Amino acid sequence: MTKMLAAMFQGTLVSLEIFLLTLVFALPLALPAAFARMSRNRLASGLTNGYLLVMRGTPLILQLIFVYFAPFYLLGISFNRFVAVIVAYVLNYAAYFAEIYRGGIESIPAGQYEAAKVLGFTRAQTFFRIVLPQVVKRIIPASGNEVITLVKDTALAQTIGVAELFRTAQNASARQFSTMPIFVAGVFYFVMNWVVSLVFARIEKKLSYYR
Amino acid sequence: MEVIRVENLEKTFGTLEVLRGISFSVHQGEVLAVIGPSGSGKSTLLRCITHLETVSGGTVSIGGEYMVHNGVYAPASVLRSICLNVGLVFQNFNLFPHFSVLRNITEAQIHVLRRSKKDAERRAHDLLAKMGLSDKESAYPFELSGGQQQRVSIARALALDPEVLFFDEPTSALDPELTGEILKVIRDLARENMTMVIVTHEMFFARDVADRVIFMDNGVIVEEGPASLVIGNPESDRTKSFLARFTGQDQDYSV
Repeated sequence: MTKMLAAMFQGTLVSLEIFLLTLVFALPLALPAAFARMSRNRLASGLTNGYLLVMRGTPLILQLIFVYFAPFYLLGISFNRFVAVIVAYVLNYAAYFAEIYRGGIESIPAGQYEAAKVLGFTRAQTFFRIVLPQVVKRIIPASGNEVITLVKDTALAQTIGVAELFRTAQNASARQFSTMPIFVAGVFYFVMNWVVSLVFARIEKKLSYYR
Repeated sequence: MEVIRVENLEKTFGTLEVLRGISFSVHQGEVLAVIGPSGSGKSTLLRCITHLETVSGGTVSIGGEYMVHNGVYAPASVLRSICLNVGLVFQNFNLFPHFSVLRNITEAQIHVLRRSKKDAERRAHDLLAKMGLSDKESAYPFELSGGQQQRVSIARALALDPEVLFFDEPTSALDPELTGEILKVIRDLARENMTMVIVTHEMFFARDVADRVIFMDNGVIVEEGPASLVIGNPESDRTKSFLARFTGQDQDYSV
């Protein structure tokens, strides 16, 4: 039992690494993607739109397999499995976050831009001082959804052989001829997402000083 | 001295001609009211002079400098400093909801005019006192009434010391009681010789406060002259028929 729990904590650590690295890269990467999508440049918005359609229109598990195996078949090189997981997750999640950002940015009334312009703010000042803080508040609920989904999606990393939490639980389950470890893993995921929810509730509360 | 000079201003949206050759000027210390039916181009005119819209042709000079000359705009760097000479108060206030009242007024002073935080706050305190809002400086816009929000937005515009302050129907989003509150502020500014251009539907206020009135219809200036004449005794039939709807609603806004 303790041996099983120790292994599962080890797996949880891997899951958390995937989770954190994905957020660290996907959250900022989504911003230029959102801008490119909103760009008046047909090529930029067209290409970005294609990227968003593919990322959101095909299963993450398929993208994961593609990222891991395509370089090998096409170029004869192969990534470290863990790196492949991070690359696939970042590309996938940046697409979802980009659309959330775009929705947030487009929901800011034109009057805010006009007031900023008349007061002499530059475009960069307008975005970072006036628009972005309001966008952050508006996208928190949708982003919370996405982050919670990510916690659970880390379980797919086992597809290309990364031993994260769910894989460790399945291994333990096979060894013990029992489904119990799987349900223990369920409790682990639940606790992680409980923490995520608490963090998001906290951020929402912090931003509730204005409407 | 002329602060604003507009010549042959034209603005089209696609095939729709919204402004068809508008010419007028605004002198230092003058209060000019722009009246006319909805869709006559009043707001578009204001938005062209405050550079929220790009003109299709004509000339606008502000403080003696060309913002746009025969349809050609000044270079971007010059344009920005020219535009800082005009302030604009919006119909819907457009305050920044995530900033306190104080920060709404100081933000542009600090980051656009590069004033020190101390100077910017001192200016904000003075303006808020003048607007009767000294106790509201740490409040957020959503905590204020419409009239209070509009007074904050007037303070925000004044804080940058514009040569001219434009008002785009500043009371249209307010109930009659709050309207009086804003009209009093504008009247006080007029007494201090602030140069102002006010697009308004408050005919009697325009008559009382404005030095000059422009009546617009269909993208042209139909009649222009001293407020008492244009509103009290209009020449053109179009002005007469427009103003006829307002008789009998005379209200006393003098406070």
